[in-house]
Amino acid sequence: MWEYTDKVKEHFLNPRNVGEVENPDGVAEVGSIACGDALKLSFKLDENKRIREAKFKTFGCASAIASSSALTEIIKGMTLEEAAKVSNRDIAAYLGGLPDEKMHCSVMGKEALEKAIENYQGAPATEPGAKIVCECFGVTDREIERAVRENSLTTVEEVTNYTKAGGGCGKCHDAIQQIIERVRAELKPVTIPKMTNIQKMKMIEEALEREIRPSLKHDGGDIELIDVVGNRVIVATRGACASCKTSNITLKNFVEVKLRDLVSPDLIIEEVAP
Amino acid sequence: MKTVYLDNNATTQVAPEVLEAMLPYFHEYYGNPSSMHSFGGQVARKIREAREQVAALLGASPDEIVFTSCGTESDNAAIRSALTIHPERRHIVTSRVEHPAVKSLCANLAGQGYRITELPVEKNGLLDMEQFVGSLTPDTAIVSLMWANNETGVIFPVEKAAELARERGILFHTDAVQSTGKIPINMRTNAIDMLSFSGHKLHAPKGIGVLYVRKGTRFSPFLIGGHQEKGRRGGTENTPSIIGLGSACELAARHLKTENTTVRRMRDKLETTLLAKIPNARVNGDSEQRLPNTTNISFEFVEGEGILLLMNEYGICASSGSACTSGSLQPSHVLRAMGVPFTMAHGSIRFSLSIFTTEEEIDFTIGKMPPIIERLRGMSPYWTSVAQACTSV
Repeated sequence: MWEYTDKVKEHFLNPRNVGEVENPDGVAEVGSIACGDALKLSFKLDENKRIREAKFKTFGCASAIASSSALTEIIKGMTLEEAAKVSNRDIAAYLGGLPDEKMHCSVMGKEALEKAIENYQGAPATEPGAKIVCECFGVTDREIERAVRENSLTTVEEVTNYTKAGGGCGKCHDAIQQIIERVRAELKPVTIPKMTNIQKMKMIEEALEREIRPSLKHDGGDIELIDVVGNRVIVATRGACASCKTSNITLKNFVEVKLRDLVSPDLIIEEVAP
Repeated sequence: MKTVYLDNNATTQVAPEVLEAMLPYFHEYYGNPSSMHSFGGQVARKIREAREQVAALLGASPDEIVFTSCGTESDNAAIRSALTIHPERRHIVTSRVEHPAVKSLCANLAGQGYRITELPVEKNGLLDMEQFVGSLTPDTAIVSLMWANNETGVIFPVEKAAELARERGILFHTDAVQSTGKIPINMRTNAIDMLSFSGHKLHAPKGIGVLYVRKGTRFSPFLIGGHQEKGRRGGTENTPSIIGLGSACELAARHLKTENTTVRRMRDKLETTLLAKIPNARVNGDSEQRLPNTTNISFEFVEGEGILLLMNEYGICASSGSACTSGSLQPSHVLRAMGVPFTMAHGSIRFSLSIFTTEEEIDFTIGKMPPIIERLRGMSPYWTSVAQACTSV
């Protein structure tokens, strides 16, 4: 038995706004009977261009019906700009949460809303350039990308819970993994400060002078910055360091660590051939 | 709220006399049947009696009965034994509609290099016997076919299949978890080498199972340990449950006729009335070759989980083969193997009765189902178009 919140149960047993709006301004149908759930959403705007009426018809499980009911309640009174910002997470949150395996019900609601708005605006019903990744459930790369992005998904299993993609024959698991990696890479916060090579050299030289040379000189050694190529910092060792057998350990464990800390986390120290 | 329990293929209530038979063996006669003292010995005698009761239900001899922990253990023990006995044979024949206890094991064995033939079924859930015969090869170590299907109740001709396997020197195992106690079984007149069943489907408690191993069949134990069960299954006997199972088997033997008269009549009444009252509904599975207690009905254009949860509001318990209830995203493998269309598969409900089911419960369910289906169809985008098409004709 699924663990549903009282709110989900309540919206399943007493769904709001079941039916179809007469002469709707926007209408959309998503999902399919093969997939096990489908939702037909229709809405009508008032004179201020706010959603006056929203109705649904849903084929699906309790959480699909509850999600549809919640969606219609959420968007009533909103402008289309406001409605467009409603996410699947908002639908799930309205219901006090959904089981992980049922998150795709909230995603279906979001998709129907988006398509109904597009339908009103006269936009194409299908996303241009979208490619089907999961053939069992007809899920496109765009849909997977968006679910990964909006819900910070990290595993194929999570993608299946949210979009159903990969829940059938499993042939598309590799493709889904690649999409996850691609989107995660895009999402990675940019921690590396963007700077010119000159700025980088300056910062490295300053760090060497202030934090590194004093320690090396203490042992009778020294270091000289030769060049910076991308993230490669090319240096030459001087004095005692030049003849020290363990100087490369010092370079890696001390100099590189310091420079990564002070200048940029992607730096790699390389020593020029003597 | 009163519970109307129509999910007896999932599990059954422990019968009052079964519970009564078990109780003294928890705290009063708690001796180990392997002990030398008479305090343990009296329990051993009681277990012997239970073994005889189980054997009697199967038409077997008591020393062909091995007590296990559940149906899944019995299935695993039977199939793995055959593979150990015939290490040179690398092929297993089974069907697409087996219970996960066999299906998942075979999938696991496929990963270890065994070749698995999963026989398809026809639209009514029955096997194509010609295809079965064609699948048997000198490399086949064992055939494992369920006697009756848990979801549809469809009965496979396992006795005929076992003969065909024996003629070719191939071991035959049947998962009889659903059929034991519901249809007559006589191991003396068939060629089945191993048979598995589970206590909790016939009013014994959960956690007790049986593996029947025909006399003379070579057997390699699954659980290796002490000398219990004549070395065929190590581990101290689950004495209260074994005694309960003995009592339950006696009860089942007594009620075998009830199953095929009273229970069957109530099942038929439920089925025919629901089909008459609810449009776009159909039965999944052959009408003749079927357990007397099971009906699997699909209600088109609605989804099973919703139906179950609305039934739950009235205390009616059943199961569904829909994706949402199967724990995966696809409807049941049994219905898919039978080629049940998606419009039907997602809305399938399995009602399974028992000797404790009453006429009032059936009438109550018959009264509640039509409005439940109508209510969900009222919300379904597909039903509207079907209804419109019907009225416009």
